[in-house]
Amino acid sequence: MNSPATPPTPAEPPVDYRIHALTGAATGSARGLSGPLSAEITAALTASPKGEIAVRSVDVNIPLLEKNDILAERNRGYFLGRGLAALNLVSSPGAGKTTLLERTLDEFGRETKCAVLVGDLETDNDGVRLSRPHAPVAQITTGTVCHLDAGMIARAAQSINLDGVKVLFIENVGNLVCPASFDLGEQVRVVLLSTTEGEDKPLKYPPIFKSANLVLLTKVDVADVLGFKRDVAVDNIRRIAPQARIIQLSSRTGEGLPEWYNFLRNLAGQA
Amino acid sequence: MHELGIMESALAAVGQEAAKHGATRVSRIVLRIGALAGVDEDALRFAYEALAPTSIAADAELEIERVPARAHCKACAKDFGAGQSYIFRCPFCGDYSGDIRAGRELGIARLEFPNP
Repeated sequence: MNSPATPPTPAEPPVDYRIHALTGAATGSARGLSGPLSAEITAALTASPKGEIAVRSVDVNIPLLEKNDILAERNRGYFLGRGLAALNLVSSPGAGKTTLLERTLDEFGRETKCAVLVGDLETDNDGVRLSRPHAPVAQITTGTVCHLDAGMIARAAQSINLDGVKVLFIENVGNLVCPASFDLGEQVRVVLLSTTEGEDKPLKYPPIFKSANLVLLTKVDVADVLGFKRDVAVDNIRRIAPQARIIQLSSRTGEGLPEWYNFLRNLAGQA
Repeated sequence: MHELGIMESALAAVGQEAAKHGATRVSRIVLRIGALAGVDEDALRFAYEALAPTSIAADAELEIERVPARAHCKACAKDFGAGQSYIFRCPFCGDYSGDIRAGRELGIARLEFPNP
């Protein structure tokens, strides 16, 4: 692992969300990341007013979400510099993100050091569920915000000690719409689709599936009971996201988990 | 439902751009939005109506320029239009494609300032 490059600068205050490091909180120098995040961005956006020429029509080409994109690139560089692979897990509420991560921390997390940043509108429930002595976890409570953004991740990543961590899981707010538009600086976007949801979810919520690198079909152990047709679901995923790898798994029975762990192993090896 | 936040960023950027050009008012804002940007035009217009009156853009007209989606088929080495659909199927060979070449745009294309 190379020595970490410039750490991500935190988003400018004030913020509405809260971050609570449950285990593995950063102490002392590990926390020592500071500096006004927005100086660069403000400088980029605020040019000195030059001249008194009356301008009628100006082609500006200003990308929106610009601030988030800049922050996401910073996060990506920071993660890369630390040699850790970041995964952004998105799905509708109740698709099994937390359950999968619990078991992943208990099994894969024993061989490779992992950390989790978990987002919800309220409560530390998921953070508490994911707390393990061997894995730093921070809960982000977003208040009313329906997605995580790159600024939240920059701050939350500072709240925990990432020394030795090879895989960083970011459990996004349960929402199949808005998180699609917010790059967090992750290396891999993982979209979960559970068998309790219906095979046509990818067709109904295409943007998020379109952006996926990996789709996990979860709760496959109960597929038959529910009358869920796996082949139809897989075909629908392929139509929307031909680029994505698909892994079918059950966090309860363990089916498919070795394939998921292999995926993580390869990722951690490359990072 | 993040159109309100997008419009906030847009109006902030418009304000900065206006200052850059020494303008105190804006008469037209042209946004360029791709079919795959995940932004709803009605929600965006609603956000504009709510936010613009108290901003530099109080008198400005909002124009939205749509960019259709376009994908690329590797096998045929050709681009093809994908309309409003998220399913990109090559019209030449029938294969699905995940290689998006246009349609993700989301930005301010042009601004007009009134003569002082």
